Amino acid sequence: MTEEIIIAGFGGQGVLSMGKILCYSGVMEGQEVSWMPAYGPEMRGGTANVTVILSDNKISSPILDTFDTAIILNQQSMDKFESAVKPGGLLIYDGNGITRHPEREDINIYRIDAAEEATKMGSTKTFNMIVLGGYLKVKKLYKLESVIKGLKKSLPERYHHMIPVNEKAIHRGLEIIKEVATVN
Amino acid sequence: MEEFVLMKGNEAIAEAAIRAGTDGYFGYPITPQSEVIEYLAAAKPHERTGMVLLQAESEVAAINMLYGGAGAGKKVMTSSSSPGISLMQEGISYIAGSELPCLLVNVVRGGPGLGTIQPSQSDYFQSTKGGGHGDYNLIVLAPASVQEMADFVSLGYDLAFKYRNPVMIQTDGALGQMMEKVKFKPQQPRSKKSPDWATTGKTPDRERIIITSLDLDPSRQERFNEKLQVKYRTIKENEVRYEKIQCDDAEYLFVAYGTSSRICQKSMQMAREEGIKVGLFRPITLWPFPYNEIREMAGQVEGMLSVEMSAGQMVEDVRLAVEATVKVDHYGRMGGIIPSSEEIVEALKQKIIGG
Amino acid sequence: MAENAITTKELIKKENLVYQKTKLLTDDVMHYCPGCGHGTTHRLIAEIIEEMGIQSEIIGVAPVGCSVLMYNYMNIDMQEAAHGRAPAVATGIKRLLPEKYVFTYQGDGDLAAIGTAETIHACNRGENITIIFINNGIYGMTGGQMAPTTLVGMKSSTTPYGREVSQMGNPIKMTDLVANLPGTYFVSRQSVHTPGNVRKTKKAIRKAFEYQALNKGTCFVEVVSNCPSGWKMTPLESNKWLAENMLPFYPLGDMKVPEQ
Repeated sequence: MTEEIIIAGFGGQGVLSMGKILCYSGVMEGQEVSWMPAYGPEMRGGTANVTVILSDNKISSPILDTFDTAIILNQQSMDKFESAVKPGGLLIYDGNGITRHPEREDINIYRIDAAEEATKMGSTKTFNMIVLGGYLKVKKLYKLESVIKGLKKSLPERYHHMIPVNEKAIHRGLEIIKEVATVN
Repeated sequence: MEEFVLMKGNEAIAEAAIRAGTDGYFGYPITPQSEVIEYLAAAKPHERTGMVLLQAESEVAAINMLYGGAGAGKKVMTSSSSPGISLMQEGISYIAGSELPCLLVNVVRGGPGLGTIQPSQSDYFQSTKGGGHGDYNLIVLAPASVQEMADFVSLGYDLAFKYRNPVMIQTDGALGQMMEKVKFKPQQPRSKKSPDWATTGKTPDRERIIITSLDLDPSRQERFNEKLQVKYRTIKENEVRYEKIQCDDAEYLFVAYGTSSRICQKSMQMAREEGIKVGLFRPITLWPFPYNEIREMAGQVEGMLSVEMSAGQMVEDVRLAVEATVKVDHYGRMGGIIPSSEEIVEALKQKIIGG
Repeated sequence: MAENAITTKELIKKENLVYQKTKLLTDDVMHYCPGCGHGTTHRLIAEIIEEMGIQSEIIGVAPVGCSVLMYNYMNIDMQEAAHGRAPAVATGIKRLLPEKYVFTYQGDGDLAAIGTAETIHACNRGENITIIFINNGIYGMTGGQMAPTTLVGMKSSTTPYGREVSQMGNPIKMTDLVANLPGTYFVSRQSVHTPGNVRKTKKAIRKAFEYQALNKGTCFVEVVSNCPSGWKMTPLESNKWLAENMLPFYPLGDMKVPEQ
């Protein structure tokens, strides 16, 4: 199995840490992983994105032009990465702030209103975990316990009291993700 | 038993530095490698091993702090990126000329000048052909994974002390910023003994020790240069490192190191799916360069494509290796652009197969 | 020969010894010009190291300039630094061998021009090193060009009509600058142009070494010196010129002493 993912949104949405948790979940299940962020001036206040590769085999290029999955969390990222999803691939997006919804007809599209849900849950910081939950619902890559272990590994110990809240958010994501269109 | 952790390449270098028993790190922040000194600062190396960490006032000062520490017989290192490495060249030349060991890390970014902070491989000439003034060579290691970023720290020290010569790890912003899983070696203790060539204070039982690269007598200076060249020949004979991937049945060859070699691996898979038998030759030591091993491949393949994130620097060594017995061309992107796997396959078809 | 005259044989008897070259100086013939202050200052440093008994505990850093070959004359471990970088080299040594004494010996071109940043920052960090700064207002080794310390109106091979402030600014007083930094512990300006001054300089340099053991910060001693060749004077003329021209601009004395 090899899964090539782009996660893209605004800086501060937890894009990079979501990728890291996903990688650590893979490590927990003995997989090879790579996490390649866009770095530089793009980091400052603007968009943030990270390419994550999860694979049973040794990973060749950590830098990709096309993806099995795009997780898109703002309009700029929609404009940039919708076309980069491989035919038959997956696009997950948060509807918050999206003015032009995905138009591709050859890919599977899911929507998760995680920003809204995070506000309802009273902690906007759980936003990325809701999205992660939604992704795991669709892709069913890892056992939930591996993901929780991955979460523990990627959070500094001083934030470990946040793990139950994050776990709850992952569960919430599993519940609220909605299918928009599928090609299979 | 150490377990796998996820880490950026830059952070892996820093953690590996502590574990390799580094005595002193002296550096100056520059993108895209500031994580090295930041990680060290947060990791409290002084508490862990007694390792000294100092943010210098400039790269110029940092490399000269290395010179001082290396002359005292200690394991010392610095890290920087292209413009900072340019500033260090005088000091690197002095260190080579004084036959001192040290570890240098260049997380290359695009140039010339201030250039870009995006990844590049355009410092190949600087690292392998000199950089500073005078007849000297660095041993240059080119990691292609976060694991190698970590492993080459202790390898670098071993080579540096074995040959009393500076060693450079040449990597780039992509490998520095990306995370992969990495397993670290156990903590090595810092060495308590000083080598017999180090300035530690003249005791009655030995002559005074002078660390210098100056000799105003040309005949003595020439003898010293000849001694250096003997050392470099020994290194060339013993320390060439490389990796061959799917070369056994290859009819064409990618030659690439570092990040480019990772992308070429994907290009290789794509080309093979189309029935093009292409292999990958990855130099691990950029100096000494694997001339003989590439020359051997010239008898087997119909052409070689050197893929670099530069205008074509290593390709000159590939051409030198094969001595015009086989077609060699270069494909590369500059200015911080990383070539895509698709582009590379296309370049192979156009420049080597169809060309 | 008079009855009571001392014979050569008697003269070299140990009990008649009034002065001898310190063993901390090698027998190499110094390359310095006759009358130059470098030789005197080298001797003072060597004597102090011998008197303190720290030969096995000290590492020196030589500069680029006239004293580039200092390591040929001192019987101690030394490192030769690139031009201006001696304080950085000394920082590297001292940080990794904190129990040792480490000093730099630098001229005005080395310390006050190309190495200004390294000087200021080593002093500002309060590195526990000793810096000996020889200021003769000129680049001696390269043939008498202007230094940052060249006096206004003073002739050099690159200011043949005298240093003009409008073109080259004023001479820089590095010792005053570093005395203002909290990182320095002891800062003094001395000279070696008379026997009395030589004695005072020796006291200052000795303090600058002794204080290093306290780990309280950088100790910095400027030695205002002459350059008979570069100034195109006899040694005697140069010492007179130094007293009349250098000292009014670079007044002697301790500039920063530890609080008692």
